[in-house]
Amino acid sequence: MTEVATRDAASTASRPAEHAARLFTESLDAFFGEAHVVRDVNLRFDDRQVTAIIGPSGCGKSTLLRCLNRMHETVPTARVRGRVLLAGADGTPQDVYTRGVDAIAVRRRVGMVFQRPTPFPTLSVRDNVAAGLRVAPGGMPPRREVDRIVEDALRRAALWDEVKDRLRESATGLSGGQQQRLCIARAIATRPPVLLLDEPTASLDPISTQKVEELVYELRRELTVVIVTHNMQQAARVSDRTAFMLAGELVEVAPTSTLFTSPGDARTEAYITGRFG
Amino acid sequence: MTEATLGGEVPAAPRSGGAAGARMGGAAFGDRAYQLAILGFALFIPLLLVAIAGAVVSAGWPALREFGGSFLTSSRWDAVNGEFGAAPAIFGTLVSSFLALLIATPLAVGVAIFLSEFAPSWLRQPVAFLVDLLAAVPSVVYGLWGIFVLVPVLREHVMPFLADTLKLGRTPFFSGPAYGPSMLAAGLVLAIMVLPYVSAVTREVLLAVPRSQREAALALGATRWEMIWDAVLPYARSGIVGGIILGLGRALGETMAVTMVIGNRHELSASLFAPGYTLASLIANEFSEATGDLHLSALMAAGTTLFVLTLIVNAIARWLVWQVARGPRGR
Amino acid sequence: MSAPASRRARPRRPHPSGHQRAFAERTVRTIARRRVVSALMMTLTYVAAAIATLPLLFILFHLVREGAAALGPDFFTSTPRPVGEAGGGMANAIVGTLVVVGIASAVGLPVGVGAGLYLAENRGTRLAWTVRFLSDVLNGLPSIVLGIFAWDLLVRPFGQFSAIAGGMALGAIMIPLVTRATEEMISLVPGSLREAALALGYPRWRTSLTIVLRTALPGIVTGALVAVARVAGETAPLLFTAFGNQFWSTSVTQPIAALPLQIFTYAISPYDEWHAQAWAGALVLIAIVLVISVVSRFVTRARFGTGSD
Repeated sequence: MTEVATRDAASTASRPAEHAARLFTESLDAFFGEAHVVRDVNLRFDDRQVTAIIGPSGCGKSTLLRCLNRMHETVPTARVRGRVLLAGADGTPQDVYTRGVDAIAVRRRVGMVFQRPTPFPTLSVRDNVAAGLRVAPGGMPPRREVDRIVEDALRRAALWDEVKDRLRESATGLSGGQQQRLCIARAIATRPPVLLLDEPTASLDPISTQKVEELVYELRRELTVVIVTHNMQQAARVSDRTAFMLAGELVEVAPTSTLFTSPGDARTEAYITGRFG
Repeated sequence: MTEATLGGEVPAAPRSGGAAGARMGGAAFGDRAYQLAILGFALFIPLLLVAIAGAVVSAGWPALREFGGSFLTSSRWDAVNGEFGAAPAIFGTLVSSFLALLIATPLAVGVAIFLSEFAPSWLRQPVAFLVDLLAAVPSVVYGLWGIFVLVPVLREHVMPFLADTLKLGRTPFFSGPAYGPSMLAAGLVLAIMVLPYVSAVTREVLLAVPRSQREAALALGATRWEMIWDAVLPYARSGIVGGIILGLGRALGETMAVTMVIGNRHELSASLFAPGYTLASLIANEFSEATGDLHLSALMAAGTTLFVLTLIVNAIARWLVWQVARGPRGR
Repeated sequence: MSAPASRRARPRRPHPSGHQRAFAERTVRTIARRRVVSALMMTLTYVAAAIATLPLLFILFHLVREGAAALGPDFFTSTPRPVGEAGGGMANAIVGTLVVVGIASAVGLPVGVGAGLYLAENRGTRLAWTVRFLSDVLNGLPSIVLGIFAWDLLVRPFGQFSAIAGGMALGAIMIPLVTRATEEMISLVPGSLREAALALGYPRWRTSLTIVLRTALPGIVTGALVAVARVAGETAPLLFTAFGNQFWSTSVTQPIAALPLQIFTYAISPYDEWHAQAWAGALVLIAIVLVISVVSRFVTRARFGTGSD
């Protein structure tokens, strides 16, 4: 699908400033009660790049993702240790887990799309996309501004043409693939610098999957994108850098082509060659 | 490491203290206020119950203090002389309710079995709808119908039939003059009112019995009925009992329909033809003509008695359902 | 010499065959009997169903026959006439019912929805269990007991019957119904919806109120309307709270007429004209109850269409 060569150019060694990381973790641990599900992860997410996290079920990749926007703590026994640094508007990174930092504010800067499409059933297509604007710091913009933002988000999510005549209809009338793209539009409408995707195509048919993958690949032009996937081929198609996790540990991270053609760690090789998974 | 800033519209970054502090105040305050609000509404319920218990007891207290236990055992209700004993009303409450359940339960279970096992699909919805609708009819409408339709029919046709044609008039249960308004009338009306509740619960429970139970019985060669009797009903037993108790609870407290057909007389009689009283109908009937504070308090004390009775029955119900649910299923 | 009689006299056809045949016949008879029993029981359930549907049909029939006769436009516009005078209506009672039910809803709906939200969002806690249990207890109390409660707290201290007292009693009836409906409906909203809202940056309270509650609203409205229909028909609690009023009154601190109360008063009176009015009133009351049930179903359906801002 996409040229391997272009991805190789964004190698770690000479990272141009525009890919400087806005988001990274430092010694991140995550627990559910006593269970230690993410172990001492140090991971950098480059800007304007797609970073994929792969690994077998239960390796902690989804939990890691949910630590990035402080969704992990919505579960009762959840605990986090370590730091997640997110760059502010002026560029200085700040730990989102600092005392006094509001989780809500963090979530407004880090968008998330889940495995199953979750449009709000009582809202129209337009209002779904605008849902995030309601809780934006400035409050809801005037109606015409909202319309503009909605159209812009839908275009960036490659959904505009399909729904432009159905903006006032219920969002539940859309197909699964359309709903997922709607959720992406909703997440990016407020222009967060980071977008997290947790197995976004797991419940979609192949054609919708392809559309979403293309969309994700496009979005890297404006955002930091992190995608968790259990589908290695998807990671290979869509991402610039791939991280492999196993039993809570970050085993290896490398430019995608490198990881899949010449992995450094034996465990990585075992996983990608299908010896377990 | 230096980070390049990204242009474009980026919402303000979180900062500790200052703006973020204020914003955190905003969201956290909202959360706090919300939690407190719904907690407050939730706590309203226990408080309301305490208030109800307090009010009901205090309203009846003067009479209860005056008469003590005799309020429950004495049959003398004499407003003129200030003596009040509610035994006939208590008796009537229990008799009318049990009679209602006696009549309603077989019908309700029968209907429920019909709906869940035998009814052709086109008949199921309408019949279920009609039976459930019985629960929506206001009590006073039942009473109205009872006064002008049921009671005359009882007086002119049913009671003579029972007493003379079936010769049941010889027994104490069907003796005495057939005025019309009677314990029998009350029992019948209550049975109609209670039917939808028992039926709905039974239907639900029957539908919840797994198909595998039914199929196993049929595969062993049981007839349709045997399958129901041996495989389905035992499974559903605790639920049915619960439904019966639910119906009982409703019957005990029913006021309007009863007061309109029971005859409102302080009489303790074994005959179903005799008029009588229930605790609820007593209050409804005599309230507007209560002579003096003691009379009023006696009426309220009947309310207290009813309140306690209902609580006891519901408690027994819960215990029973718990017991039966724990017990053996099937044979 | 004689051989044993059995051996000598053994017939060609073996004896067990006779037994076998008899057994087979008996079994067939037993199966047949079981089948008959089954068919009989099935018939009985048909009979039960027939008997169970009859009362409602009878009641509706009589309501229409007796009630329609006395029902005219006058009924909805005039107040009761003194005994002996023809005509008159129950306009004051109809309006009174609206007032009392309105007060009941003003109490019952907020408490019910609020408590339901609490129960749904704090499911496992001991307090939630207790509140749920007590709500069930409240639900099982006879309505006349709630009338006594309102009488003791709102009538006796003031020496005056009032619409407010009646409304309070009815509100207490509504609370457990609305609470249960709300809790059930809120619990049905998938957790993924909450998560999606949280991930967008919605605070918890806003998620609950603007996303979850909104999604559950059709079911809650249905439950609320069912509760309203139920209390609209209640008489007993109003007997010594709202008390009834032959004249036009909408004041909440005065006794007020209500449709079920008026029906009761007329029904037990000795006057034929009033009996006719009682039937008419009952017909109107049943119509109101049925209309509310149907409307609630429409509200549910409409809400599932486009959501507007």
